[in-house]
Amino acid sequence: MAVDKEKLGKVSIIISRGTVEGIYPGLIMANGARMEGIEANIFFTFFGLHAIHKKKMKKIRVDTVGNPALGIPPIIGIIPGMSAMVTRMMLKEMDKLDIPPVDEFLEMIAAAGANIYACKAAMDMFHFTKEDLIDEVADVLTVGQFYEIAAGGAIIFT
Amino acid sequence: MATKTIAGKSIEVDAEGFLLNPDDWNEAIAEALAREEGIELTEEHWKVIRFMRQDFKERGQIPTIRRIKNAGGIPVQDLYRLFPDGPAKKAAKIAGLGKPQGCV
Repeated sequence: MAVDKEKLGKVSIIISRGTVEGIYPGLIMANGARMEGIEANIFFTFFGLHAIHKKKMKKIRVDTVGNPALGIPPIIGIIPGMSAMVTRMMLKEMDKLDIPPVDEFLEMIAAAGANIYACKAAMDMFHFTKEDLIDEVADVLTVGQFYEIAAGGAIIFT
Repeated sequence: MATKTIAGKSIEVDAEGFLLNPDDWNEAIAEALAREEGIELTEEHWKVIRFMRQDFKERGQIPTIRRIKNAGGIPVQDLYRLFPDGPAKKAAKIAGLGKPQGCV
């Protein structure tokens, strides 16, 4: 925009959930920040860690049980295969918009210069090691280290 | 709508300087627009610009970074190196296309 405003210099985005709808908004925001020349960090914690776990990232699904906005009654949502089917449909729609699968998206975001971090407490809780995570993960951080890295920018929790 | 003289040619642009009509574009205009962004065009830049214009011509859409990577074969790192601080927008601007409207 032509309006002269002070530009946002840095965002640090926390991704705490492990569902499609929990992971993607943070990825889109981090990628979008880099596209605008804004420095970006992503900090994966709790089930959000599944997005950067080599094996678990392949099994990320839409939650079809606890999500009334989806329009699927919970009793239907529990049917085996329902979540996988809804996930396929959603990813197909996203692909039309050129929103990539999680693994490709993380590669792109890292290549765009965003820093990807994992939360130490959640890693310890789930007994994950750094080797379980994709190579794009720069480091495993404590909360204190995260705040140091996030200093001077906006923090967004998703 | 505004008119701007770029590389000796009077051209219609939007408020942010994106060309309104991609057919007004030529290589001298690309060089002038790039200079405004502080970019000196090299063969690597031209590869991106040519792909974007060709893809736009074929599909009627400004290619996303993902499409430039997958269909154009240009790695994301290179795009950010060639067009720093906003590759999708800067490359589209220099290529004489409109402002990209997507979120990715």
